[in-house]
Amino acid sequence: MKSLQHITELFKKDVLLEIRQQYTFYGIVLYVASTIFVLYLAMGQPEAIVWNGLFWMIQLFICINAVAKSFLQESRGRMLYFYSIAGPRDFILSKLLFNSILMVAMSLVSLIIFQLLLGNPLENFLKFVGIVCLGGWSLSLVFTFLAAIAARAQQNAAMMAILGFPLIIPQILLLMRISNTAFAQVVQGGLWQIVLLLIGLDILVIVLAVILFPFLWKD
Amino acid sequence: MLRQSWWKILSLVLLVITFVAGFLGDVPAKPILNETIRNLYFHVSMWFAMMIFFIVSLVYSIKYLRTGNILHDRYALEYAQTGIVFGMLGLLTGMIWANYTWGEPWSNDPKQLGAAIALLIYFAYLVLRNSLTDEDRRAKTAAVYNVFAFFMLIPTIWIIPRLMDSLHPGGQGNPAFGTDDIDNRMRMIFWPAAVPGWTLLGVWMTTLRIRLRRLHDNKLNA
Repeated sequence: MKSLQHITELFKKDVLLEIRQQYTFYGIVLYVASTIFVLYLAMGQPEAIVWNGLFWMIQLFICINAVAKSFLQESRGRMLYFYSIAGPRDFILSKLLFNSILMVAMSLVSLIIFQLLLGNPLENFLKFVGIVCLGGWSLSLVFTFLAAIAARAQQNAAMMAILGFPLIIPQILLLMRISNTAFAQVVQGGLWQIVLLLIGLDILVIVLAVILFPFLWKD
Repeated sequence: MLRQSWWKILSLVLLVITFVAGFLGDVPAKPILNETIRNLYFHVSMWFAMMIFFIVSLVYSIKYLRTGNILHDRYALEYAQTGIVFGMLGLLTGMIWANYTWGEPWSNDPKQLGAAIALLIYFAYLVLRNSLTDEDRRAKTAAVYNVFAFFMLIPTIWIIPRLMDSLHPGGQGNPAFGTDDIDNRMRMIFWPAAVPGWTLLGVWMTTLRIRLRRLHDNKLNA
C-alpha cells in the first residue's frame, strides 16, 4: 500500500531527526524533570487524589510543549516538498503517530519521576500505566492537530493552550475518573465503558484531523 | 431578504409577547422555583438561540471551506459573535436565577459548565482570528478550528452531565433542570414566541453587522 509506505517514510524521517538533533527529546525530558521538581518543592508528598490531579495537569503542560515543536521545524520549502511527494493525509497521520509515541514515552518518564519525588500512593501500578498510556495518546492527538492550526498563527505555545484547554476538558475528566480507580481496591463498574468512550473520542479526533488537515495544508 | 422589514417587525412583536406573558401571564407554581420560572422565557430561549447561531456559524464555515467565498467566512464570524453575546446573556440570566433558587450563582452544574466551555471555545476562535493578518489564511484557519471545535463540543456537552451526575447526587432532582416541568400554558409561549423572537433578534443584529462590514470593506476597496 503506497499510503502506508508514505506514512512509514515520514515517520522514519521524524525519528531520524529526533535522534540526530536530540534537542527536542532531551529538552522535553528536562522540562518534565524541572516542572515535577518545582511541584515537589511546592507540594511535598500529597495524598492520592491531589497526586492524581497534579499528575494529569502536568501531563497537559508536557503535552503542549512536546507537541508544539512538531510543526515548527519544517521550513516552507520542505513543506512544499512533502506536499508534492506525499498527500496531506499521510503527513498528518505520520505526525499523529510520531507525537503519540513521543507523548506516551514522556508520560511514562514523568510517571517515574512523579513516583520518585512525590511518593507512591498507587495501589495498582500496571492499571495506572495503562491509563497513562491511553491518556498520553489522547492528549497528543488533540494537541497535534491544534499545533497544525496554531502553526499558521505565529504565537504557537500560547495559542495551543488557549485553543486546546476547553477541548481537552472531557478527556481529562474521564481520565481522572478512571485513574482514581488505581488508588484503591474498589471495583469500578463503568470502567470499560469510560475507556471505550475515550477511545471513541480519540477516533473522532483522528477522523476530524484527517478530514480537516488538507484545508490547512494548501497555503 | 436582508433588507425586508417583515421579519424584523415579527421579531419585535414576538419579543413583546414574550415579555408581556413573561411578567404578567400565568405560570405553574413549582416548589423552590415559584415565580422565578418566568426566567424560562429569557434564559432558556437565549441558550436555544445561542446553539442555533453556533450551528449557523458552523454551516457557514463548512461552506467557506468548500467554496472559498470570503463572504461565508464573514457570516461565520458574525454569527459566532452573536452566539457569544447570547451565550453570555444566557449565562448571566442563569446565574441570577441560580442565585435565588439554588443559593449561589455558580454551583458547578453540568449545564453551566457546558455553557462555560462553549464560551471559552468561541472566545478562543476570536483570539485565533485576531492573531492572523492575511485574510485568506485567517479565514481558512478559523474555519477549520470552528468545525473541529464544534464537533468536539458536542461530545463534551453529552459527557459532562454523565460524569457530574454521580459527583453531585442532589443535582438531578432539581426542578430547574429541565423543561419537562413546564405546562402547556408556558409551552405555548415558549416555542412559538420566545425562541423565535430571540433568534430573529439575533439574526437582525448579525445581518446589520454584516451589512456594515460589507459597506466598510467596499469603501476600503473602492
